Amino acid sequence: MGRAISLVENGAESAEIILASLDEDLISQATILGITGPPGAGKSTLTNGIISQLRQSRKRIGIVAVDPSSPISGGAILGDRIRMMQHATDQDVVMRSMATRGRLGGLCATAGAAVRIMASCGCSTIIIETVGVGQSEMDIISLADITLLVLAPGLGDDIQAMKAGLLEVADILVVNKADCRGADTLAMDLEAVTRKGSAEPTQVCMTVATEGKGIAELLERIDTLDSAHRDSGERQKRRRGAHDQEVLDWCLEILRPTLKSEITKRKLPLLGDPRRKAKEILQEQ
Amino acid sequence: MGTAQRNRVLIGKPGLDGHDRGAKFIAQALRDAGFEVVYTGIRRSPEEIAAAAVQEDVAAVGLSSLSGAHMRLFPAVVEALKKAGAPDIPVLGGGVIPEEDIVALKEAGIVEIFTPGTPIDTIISAYRAACEKQPPG
Repeated sequence: MGRAISLVENGAESAEIILASLDEDLISQATILGITGPPGAGKSTLTNGIISQLRQSRKRIGIVAVDPSSPISGGAILGDRIRMMQHATDQDVVMRSMATRGRLGGLCATAGAAVRIMASCGCSTIIIETVGVGQSEMDIISLADITLLVLAPGLGDDIQAMKAGLLEVADILVVNKADCRGADTLAMDLEAVTRKGSAEPTQVCMTVATEGKGIAELLERIDTLDSAHRDSGERQKRRRGAHDQEVLDWCLEILRPTLKSEITKRKLPLLGDPRRKAKEILQEQ
Repeated sequence: MGTAQRNRVLIGKPGLDGHDRGAKFIAQALRDAGFEVVYTGIRRSPEEIAAAAVQEDVAAVGLSSLSGAHMRLFPAVVEALKKAGAPDIPVLGGGVIPEEDIVALKEAGIVEIFTPGTPIDTIISAYRAACEKQPPG
């Protein structure tokens, strides 16, 4: 499975055969859970807690953990495994770390493929975990059926979270480190903000991920919301949106090398409007 | 994409010692050299490291040990990789390792051993070489 994901990530030709042979039924049944939030909020630890809880019912679980690539060297430290090593030798916990490889790396496409490969291998729940900053990270979260936003007290002013527009993408808000000072205030503030002008306010959950507290309740809420979304057609709507986004991502990924060499080949003059030149190139293709 | 496939490595610390400065230093240096480094942290069993290496499909595994247990732990990781069906993933090691142990460790299948005096460029080149020996993908 690891090798299959690599092949897709590196754009190998054989990847197409793998992707064409996946089990569509398993993919459509699996629940894709997105976990995002600022660095240090406890996303990986919460993911670990969710894995432990789900493993009690012997479900196979997949995790795609995304960490940023350095814009300078292209390298990355993928450290999400540290918090989940207790499941390292569990054959039914399949984890893959991914680097963003720059904003234009087609990450949404490869993460989507990784999720489908995992689902096709029998993972009934797949968790996508990513730092909630930057456009590419937000794009990945659009792959999820249900999105959790993890926050913690002490990570700066509660207004910070609202600024980024993160609250809008979240289905459930998780106040982690609920045993720390300021957690209740944070939860109240969040409730106040999300209730404003919405018929169905976003739910707020309290957890202490390091101790496994609140995780069973959180999973219950996820389940309820997921069933509601399955019944109302919301889930199908989201899958459609994610699917179209992935197709677009692949289109751009496939076109990029051709267009890039075309632009270099033409040795365009520095003067003149880049937008017009782009239109000319596209019309000729 | 395309050019980046052989730069995924895993850095881990097997055994009980918690001195992770060296491992973190290597991880950062490799990151700055353009590698994607899966860092698994301290106090891992050889089996955990091998399982992670297989799932992450890394091109090489780097181990750090400062406790003196390298003679047992480094070969144990090589063995664990074999058992996990990945005998082709090269294992490199570093730490406070006496001269006479280096020969024995290389005989046990560890491709390179670095000690506190090894220049970082040598280490990066060794990882690059180890990764390039891997089949594509």
